[in-house]
Amino acid sequence: MAKSSIKIRAKLKGDTVTVKALIRHPMETGLRKDKKTGKMIPAKFIQTVKCESAGAMVLDADWGISISKNPYLSFKFKGAKSGDPIKLSWVDNTGKSDSTEGKIK
Amino acid sequence: MKRRTFLQGTLASGAIAMAAGSGLLAPSGVLAAWNKGAFEAKGLSEAMKNSLGTDQVADSSDIKIKAPDIAENGAVVPVTVTSNIPGTESISIFAEQNATPLSSVFKFGKSTDGYVSTRIKMGKTSQVIAVVTAGGKQFKSQKEVKVTIGGCGG
Repeated sequence: MAKSSIKIRAKLKGDTVTVKALIRHPMETGLRKDKKTGKMIPAKFIQTVKCESAGAMVLDADWGISISKNPYLSFKFKGAKSGDPIKLSWVDNTGKSDSTEGKIK
Repeated sequence: MKRRTFLQGTLASGAIAMAAGSGLLAPSGVLAAWNKGAFEAKGLSEAMKNSLGTDQVADSSDIKIKAPDIAENGAVVPVTVTSNIPGTESISIFAEQNATPLSSVFKFGKSTDGYVSTRIKMGKTSQVIAVVTAGGKQFKSQKEVKVTIGGCGG
């Protein structure tokens, strides 16, 4: 099974979970030229990112070409307990997707 | 189910790429499709109109943008937006001088804080604008980020 492109850390402090995620993805804008071939490198960038925890939607993000390569993402939410499941997934403009599941610590 | 089978199918991955690219295949299923008109809009006004419905948004001091005054590397500019407006539903981040100013839209669940941190590409020195939607209204704040080396790849 392929290794996930997503590293995720979800920590509960007080009543708030802070999620930090790092996604390995080229986030190619489609505006760069390959110096060797002279051809434009096709766009390949994450368009949607979703996060859910214990059955509830936490984050639903739409991205464009201006998000940096190997995107970093952090957000916070309440109402969770330690041990709750958390799932983060993305889909890019080529239809490729990946997801990862973890637990809130 | 048909969509999932199609995606997993080995036939014509080219067809999938073409369908996905043209927006026919909406991977998010029943949720709103990716807003092409907003993300590909070429000026700030058009980007705001296509994503928010308007380019007239009131300023709010309850939105804080944390970003470097000077970004050494325009390819990776850390931006953190904190909204203290009650009922914050989403945060959109624009880089005014980028060829396509809308960088991202973050929609929050009911228990999610009005907070997001990410890294964006900036082609040159520009205002970074954060727009918050809360209770059906929109508010914005902005901060200038100077860029010494542009990051959109030209």
